[in-house]
Order: sequence, then C-alpha cells, then structure tokens
Amino acid sequence: MAAVTTELTKTGDSPRRNGIGLRARSARRTRVIRVLAMLPFGLFFAVPLIALIEFSTRSSDLYGERTLEYWRAIGDNPDLLIALRDSLLLALITSVVALALLVPTMVWVRLRLPKLQRVVEFLCLLPLTIPALVLVVGLGPIYLWIAYFTPAEYDSSPLVLAFAYVVLVMPYMYRALDAGLQAIDVRTLSEAARSLGAGWFTVMVRVILPNVFSAVLNASLLAVALVLGEFTVASLLNYDNLQVAINLQAQASVGVSVALAAAALIFVFILLFALSFVGRRRSTAKGK
Amino acid sequence: MTESLTRAGVEVRLEGLRREYGAVTALDGLDLTIEPGEFIALLGPSGCGKTTALRLLAGLEDADGGRVVVGGKDVTGLPTNKRDMGMVFQAYSLFPHMTARQNVAFGLRLRKVGEAERNRRAGEMLELVGLSAQADRYAHQMSGGQQQRVALARALAIQPTVLLLDEPLSALDAKVRASLRDEIRRVQLEVGITTLFVTHDQEEALAVADRVGVMNAGRLEQLGAPTEVYGQPATPFVAEFVGLSNRLPATVSGSKADVLGASLPTVAASVSGPGVALVRPEAVDLVAVDSAGSDDPLTGSIVAVSFLGAVTRITVDLGTHGKVLAQMPTSQAAGFSTGDRARLTFRPAPILVVKA
Repeated sequence: MAAVTTELTKTGDSPRRNGIGLRARSARRTRVIRVLAMLPFGLFFAVPLIALIEFSTRSSDLYGERTLEYWRAIGDNPDLLIALRDSLLLALITSVVALALLVPTMVWVRLRLPKLQRVVEFLCLLPLTIPALVLVVGLGPIYLWIAYFTPAEYDSSPLVLAFAYVVLVMPYMYRALDAGLQAIDVRTLSEAARSLGAGWFTVMVRVILPNVFSAVLNASLLAVALVLGEFTVASLLNYDNLQVAINLQAQASVGVSVALAAAALIFVFILLFALSFVGRRRSTAKGK
Repeated sequence: MTESLTRAGVEVRLEGLRREYGAVTALDGLDLTIEPGEFIALLGPSGCGKTTALRLLAGLEDADGGRVVVGGKDVTGLPTNKRDMGMVFQAYSLFPHMTARQNVAFGLRLRKVGEAERNRRAGEMLELVGLSAQADRYAHQMSGGQQQRVALARALAIQPTVLLLDEPLSALDAKVRASLRDEIRRVQLEVGITTLFVTHDQEEALAVADRVGVMNAGRLEQLGAPTEVYGQPATPFVAEFVGLSNRLPATVSGSKADVLGASLPTVAASVSGPGVALVRPEAVDLVAVDSAGSDDPLTGSIVAVSFLGAVTRITVDLGTHGKVLAQMPTSQAAGFSTGDRARLTFRPAPILVVKA
C-alpha cells in the first residue's frame, strides 16, 4: 500500500491520479487514527491478562526460572475441575433456557402484542438496575425452597443457579436479540411462512431462527461470558461455581487461582473469537 | 403448460364479514362472491378495509362476524396454515436465508414432497414466472420485481385453492409495475386460479381484473366489470375515486339530464330533479369558437393545456360554472392553446347525477 502511494504521488500529475493519491492518504490517516484509538483499549485488556500470565508462571523464588507448576496444579485439584465443569454447564443451561424463553416471547410480542413491547423491554432490562446484593436478598428465600425440593443426591449442586442466571443475563440477551429481530421483517416473513402451511414451531425454527442466527450467537456469547465470570450471587447463595472456587483457591495458593483465572479468561476469548468467526462465515456464505 | 400447475378454480364467498379495531370499523358486513377462476380486484383508498378483507380471507386475522366459504366449505375458524391459500405480500417476503428455488420449494417441503419432485416443481414454477436463470440467487441478489415474481411462484407452488395478492406491486417502480401486472394476469389465466387482488391503484385494478370492487369505509360501493365501474359509477364515491370527474350543475327528468343546456342520458342510480352531474374528462370535447363573447354557458376560455404524451388535458374556465377538464388524443388537441375560447360538447355516454 505504501509503495503504491509513493509511486502515485511521484507521478501524480493528472487529476485522476492525484485523486487516488489523496484517497490513499486519507485511508492511511484513518488507519493511523484507528490504531491510535484501539491502542489504549488493547492495553487496557492486555495488561491485566499479561500480568496474570506473568504472575502465574513465576516461581516461588522471585528470581527463579519461569514455571508451569501452578498451571499443572489446576489439573490436580478436583474441586477446581468440578467447579469449572459446573460453570460451563451453567453457561450452557442458562443460554439455552434464556433463548428458549426470550426468542419466542419477543417474536410473539412483535406479532401479536406490539403494545406490550415496551413493557417486555422494561422487564427484561430491569435486572440491570438491581444490584446483585439486593437480588440475592430477594432470591434467598426462593433458593431455600429450591434447596428444600432438590433431591438429596443433587443437593448443593450449583446448577440450580441457572434460575438466577437466566434473570441476570436477560438484559444483555434482550438487547442482542432485539437488534437481530429489528433487522428482519418478522411479521411478513412469518405470515408468508404460515400462508405456505407452516405452524408456529416451523416458523420459529425454519424461518425466524436462521435469520437471526448471528444475534442468537451474540446473545449466547454474552450469557456465557457473564455466567463464567459470576461471583456475587453464587458466593452469597453458598454455591460453588468457578469464580467462588478460584476465590477459595486463592486462600490456599494464589498462584493456582491466578493461573485458573487466566485460563478462564483465555477460554472466554477463544470462545468469543470462534463464535464471531462462525457468524462471519455464515454471513459471507450468504453474501456469495 | 404442465398438468401439475393447472387447477380448476374454486368459488370463494365472503358473507357479512365484520372486523373492528377498537372503535374503528374496518369491515362493515362485506358480502362478496368470487366465481371459480375469477380475478377480482378490490380497490379503494387506504383504510377502506380492502386489506382487512384479504387478511380475513387468508386467516391472518379473525373476523368479528360473518363467514368465509371456500369451495363450499366454511373455513372461518381455520388457521392460516390450514387454509391452503397462496399469498403475495406488499413487503418483500422471500426468506433471506434461502435461494429462490428453496423459497419456492418451502411450501412443498412442508407438505413432505420428496426432494427430486420438490426441485422439479420449483424449477417449473420459476420457469412460469421467467426466472429459471435466477434459481440459485438469494433475495438480496435480486431486484424488487424479481423478488415479487419469486414470491408469486412460491405462492403458486403449493397449488393453493385461492391466490391472494396484497398490493404486490406498490413497492416497485412504474415500468416494472406495469410489466409485472400483466405477468400476474397471464400466470393467473394460465393456472386458472381464483384470485383476489388488493390495490389502491385504479389503473392496476382496471387493467387486470375480471371484476373490480370499489370499497369505501368498510363497505363495497360497487362491484362490476372494469368498464362498468369506470363508465357507469354507481355512487358519487366511485365516480370520484375511479378516474377524474368534472362536477357540473344538472337537472334530471326521466332518464335524461340537462347539463348546462346539453341533454345527456343518465345511469339508473341518478337522483331526479336538480343535482350535480359527474362527467369524465374524456367525455368532454372542445370546439374552437370566435373570441367574441357569448352567453352560452358551455363556452369558456382555455386556462391550461397539459401535454401527457398520447393524450392532452385542457382546462376550460366556464366562469360562474367553474372549471372543466377535457381530455383528448394529443393529435386532436393541437389546435388549442391557452387564452383561446372554446365550446364544450359531451359524448352521449350515460352519466351519474348526484345530490348537489
């Protein structure tokens, strides 16, 4: 790009060539501005992550060699692994349940009860305005009942946190799904499908969902990220999820807990990239 | 034409259909019978209930009263997906994640038609609307006209009992509109399907329909052949809405009306005694007269000449009786220009005289 620009400016006598040179220059300027703007953000996210990795690979002797001891120790700690597994399961259950609740509701409200749209939006965004502590106070008695009805062999399984998490992720998922649904003509598409003989289930699965696929991915991603990072509600309700386990571990060995925190972060990053990659591949396939 | 596409049309009867939205009555007891294989256009201004009528027939909305009978069967309580009606919408309605062929095959897939047969029939339908070459394109790769043609193919692919067209041309530009309009009519005649077409564009309605129903305020004002609706409007509303009309003072006695001294036949719905005659611009002819003024109420001066291509519209100011619009082939209008004096003559077509 730079070579092309220099060549053009050198020989750029004709107005057309000048125009191209100007365009290249303004493109380069935009790129510089973009880099300058992205840099602080990049640093903001990268520095803690690098620090986590640096700290988790430091040997107990401050001047000793780098070691993967703490990372290996994650695998030796069954409690941590169980917490990790439970959090992943929780993320999955939460996304699936929230999607199953939200997508049909939002579509139905759009089609049949457009006047309720504001109310539903308000309800979905409400959890955002309630501090986690307050939420827990409200959830406490409900979870007493949940514990009471949970069969003994599943007692204290953190998976029941899914109830609370579905509520917690609602605002984020609502926003993502709303953007997706706004981009398509839900009413006409579903009426067309129905006139062709599709029942409501078919309309949802074969017509609406494929067209809001990237919104669904985005929504799920937000839910997964939120659930994997959740500490307050789990801790206050006395359930062991990943963050609670990391916190406990920190009291025994800071190094291992930091390594696990870094691992969890990296995992979410990879997931984010993978999901956005899938979303992009789909949209380019459609665009071809 | 392959046999799988043709199908004998069925009779459709709307009986006393009523629909209210809160305090607004969208349909006020609509009765309409569409003969098997007939193409009926419902015409009217926005909010007249024409789209509501079509949506009730499609089952997309529930009636507050009345019945929908298709082929002798009462389908009033049947949901849309069980009614077996093909529909083309005003908004582009192709499924964006499917190709044209997949869109057309969608209804067949729901009917559990095998893949080979499905693709064959989808190909056949796309050929019918002249889009075989675009079969593998997605909606965003096609023009608006092409999308609506695919939508038509998709609606017909399921071999519906009735074809419903909800202003399918209004999102298109004028040229595409006219060609697609004729295309729709050709396909409809070829398939022989009973069709209800809703539009606010009178030209569209008059051009393609067997019969045109003019609606106003939830009621059917007139139902008849296009020439009848245009030439012999049954109500003042129809006369005003379909085509342009001059309003001239008239006195009716028997089956004749006296319009500013000229005697013209009247249609049956006219009032008797004094009233206002509604005269089409193309029923008015002009004769050039001397510039010397006369007392003849039919003589006036030309205030505007608008050239519209094949025809020209000339506005004549009659003074106390207002302005009258005359429309004639451009070749005939060549002799007239603004400021000239002219005398009106009327073609002896029956006119409607309404209360003043």
